[in-house]
Amino acid sequence: MITLNINGKEEQLDAPDDMPILWALRDVMQLTGTKFGCGMAQCGACTVHLDGQAIRSCVTPVSVAAGKKITTIEAMQDDKVGKAVQAAWQEIDVVQCGYCQSGQIMAATALLATNQTPTDADIDAAMSGNICRCGTYPRIRAAIHAAATKLA
Amino acid sequence: MSAPLNISRRTFLKATALVAGGLVIAFAIPQAKRFLMPGADKASASPDASKLPAPNAFLRIGTDNTITVMLAHSEMGQGIWTTLPMLIAEELDADWSTIKVEHASAAPEYAHTAYGIQITGGSSTTWSEFDRYRQAGALTRALLISAAAEKLGVAADTLRTENGFVVSDTEKISFGDLAETAATLPTPTSVTLKDPKDWKIIGKSTKRLDGPEKINGTAKFGQDVQFEGLKTAMVARSPVFGGQVKSFDATASKQMKGVQSVVQVPTGVAVIADNYWAAKQGRDALKIEWDLGDNAGLDSKKMLEEYRTLAATAGLPAAKAGDTQAALAKATTVVEAEYVAPYLAHSPMEPLNCAVKISDDGCEIWTGTQMQTTDQSAAAKILGLKPEQVKIHTLFLGGGFGRRANPAADFVSEAVQVAKAAGVPVKTVWTREDDVKGGYYRPMYLHKAKIALGEDGMPTAWEHTEVGQSIMVGTPFESVMIKDGVDATSVEGVADSPYLKHIPNYQVSLHTVKATIPVLWWRSVGHSHSAFAMESLIDELANAAKQDPLEYRRALLKDHPRHLAALNLAAEKADWGKPLAKGVSRGIAVHESFGSFVTQVAEVSVDKGEVKVHRIVTAIDCGLAVNPDSLKAQMESSISFGLGAALFSEITFSEGQVQQSNFHDYQVLRMKDMPKVEVYIVQSTEKMGGVGEPGLPPVAPAVTNAIFAATGKRIRNLPIGSQLA
Repeated sequence: MITLNINGKEEQLDAPDDMPILWALRDVMQLTGTKFGCGMAQCGACTVHLDGQAIRSCVTPVSVAAGKKITTIEAMQDDKVGKAVQAAWQEIDVVQCGYCQSGQIMAATALLATNQTPTDADIDAAMSGNICRCGTYPRIRAAIHAAATKLA
Repeated sequence: MSAPLNISRRTFLKATALVAGGLVIAFAIPQAKRFLMPGADKASASPDASKLPAPNAFLRIGTDNTITVMLAHSEMGQGIWTTLPMLIAEELDADWSTIKVEHASAAPEYAHTAYGIQITGGSSTTWSEFDRYRQAGALTRALLISAAAEKLGVAADTLRTENGFVVSDTEKISFGDLAETAATLPTPTSVTLKDPKDWKIIGKSTKRLDGPEKINGTAKFGQDVQFEGLKTAMVARSPVFGGQVKSFDATASKQMKGVQSVVQVPTGVAVIADNYWAAKQGRDALKIEWDLGDNAGLDSKKMLEEYRTLAATAGLPAAKAGDTQAALAKATTVVEAEYVAPYLAHSPMEPLNCAVKISDDGCEIWTGTQMQTTDQSAAAKILGLKPEQVKIHTLFLGGGFGRRANPAADFVSEAVQVAKAAGVPVKTVWTREDDVKGGYYRPMYLHKAKIALGEDGMPTAWEHTEVGQSIMVGTPFESVMIKDGVDATSVEGVADSPYLKHIPNYQVSLHTVKATIPVLWWRSVGHSHSAFAMESLIDELANAAKQDPLEYRRALLKDHPRHLAALNLAAEKADWGKPLAKGVSRGIAVHESFGSFVTQVAEVSVDKGEVKVHRIVTAIDCGLAVNPDSLKAQMESSISFGLGAALFSEITFSEGQVQQSNFHDYQVLRMKDMPKVEVYIVQSTEKMGGVGEPGLPPVAPAVTNAIFAATGKRIRNLPIGSQLA
């Protein structure tokens, strides 16, 4: 058993140390908002926050998260920046198939938490690890700028 | 547009009894126009409306005023979760905030109005449902008015509908309060659809109804299906297509914590475990000896050489006029070129998955599919059941692009086989490596052309030979889609090109190669390679004729007003002919596919061999744009998908095996590569076309034509990759 802090709650999980956080969230905790896309930190669909930092949960074992705080898409509505990002996503109607969007929102929220006025180059740098096969990139960019304006 | 429809003749209608306390509207499909499956017309044109099964409903009004729209098609990002309800809400005068949406079940009544089977594809959902869903709304409205007339004791023609209410001069009653009464009334035999000038919803940009749940993580995809007793399965498949298991040792696998069992299935060896991680580790621990079969030597470089040899001679005729050879022989200017497009994987963000639960009297399947009834039939056949004993639950699709519409029902059949062998409910999951290596690719195609130019620089003869695999051979669609040996999807965009219509001599032919690489339609199908060849060739001709690429196209397309409209609008918005920033060049391409006409102007620079696409201006004539912002999103999407493929993506084979495995070596477009996209819609009252795919074909040639303008180097092989380095 391992104890993890997930979205502000201490949880006891029956998960081996090497199990990636992604599968602990999805298969053990039934928190399916975080998605599997590649399993090797190439696509960003599995992005969650570990102590506020965007990480790829598909390659990060649960043992790394002991004593730290995991935050997922399910808790973004309670996060000031996350809530603004979600509102901007809705306003600009970003999503298409939607599968990558949890990861996109987690990456965008982590960006805006440390950089209140990201440039297009900042967005390229922070978001190019998150693939969207539907090509919602122009709207993601617009939504990040819109959220930044709202948060200013 | 507002002519009354004789429902009793053309569209069998039935307002069924109460379901869940409300009104259900159901009716059979209108006479289909183009059937994919032989015999599908007989199967779907049921003459007896009373035989319609209960779930055959397009619309349900609850006593709580919710209006649930049942989608006969699958939502995979293209936005029909919103567009189809818009059609119903328009005619119903519904309160948009009360609309809910569900995927329909798999049933013959949800067959595509033009293709005759239940399918989401061909960029066809909106135009093919434009009448059916509006009729459903109009019929329901008529029933609600009748119910209100009865309740109020007034004549129906004194009543109107408004935002979810039936309204008289003195009273208003909500649809929900009328639903139970409406369900008891006789069905109207005709309805009048609104005049387009009265539309309040159709033609207005409307936000996606699936937006909120896809933003907060609650939207359910096939991958998210979980229930008590469901196990996770992962299948080890042959590293070479067509290979078979010779023997396997699962000792180490079975010792892994969380692994429940290991079973052999027709496609390989399946590990059944408590969760993904255990299944993955269990599969990694398998020792399998494979009989690699006939494809063990497969090599895509050698295949391409074989394609070249074949292209030296004419294949089976696909289109012909005049005497091409004679005209070529006496021509003074001849342009000759070869274009190659590689195998491509669809790689939707959600890897394939399928959950199956088999019971004594049937089977339930949860998955994201574009072809419900095909999957249903395949599952039924495996289990010895009738199709109606197989219940399909369609979840949101984490992308489809054609991969989730497989005539061979590969991922569903395999999951059913695993569940059958394991004896427990399983969700079969694919890794990204399984997806990239798993086949059903866009086939590699070679186009070889020899074109004679007259003294005015215009083409006088065009010889065009294609070589590639057919996506239709061996499928149930073969007899409909392949005529005289020519698969229509192999030569679409060439054999029917508007350019050829003005050339006295042309000859298009096709060599269909036999190969056992599984292939499938990939977003925009044959157009995904034919537009690259055709629009590059036109650019080569313009260059040979020393003419402006836009003016050259205008001259050749002078009798094609919809091509011209898209061409002119894009050129105008892109300031064609005006100077650009230093180092930036323009390229243009126009192509018709799926009934829509799209032009793109790409602005590109090449610096130290690296291509940067700065901006793409696109114009589309698709007839009526039901949801303009959704159309724009589909143009952005097609550009991203097509540009990623043009710049980076290819599947290659060596020693029988696929050489790519994941997004590090099967590269797709990322944020940093995405150009600024501008979308302009031609105001058009022409026939409706599709929007999910037509934005893709022009991307590659617009970009490579711009590269030529910038560097003088003609890209004739995709992907562009490092060819400019």
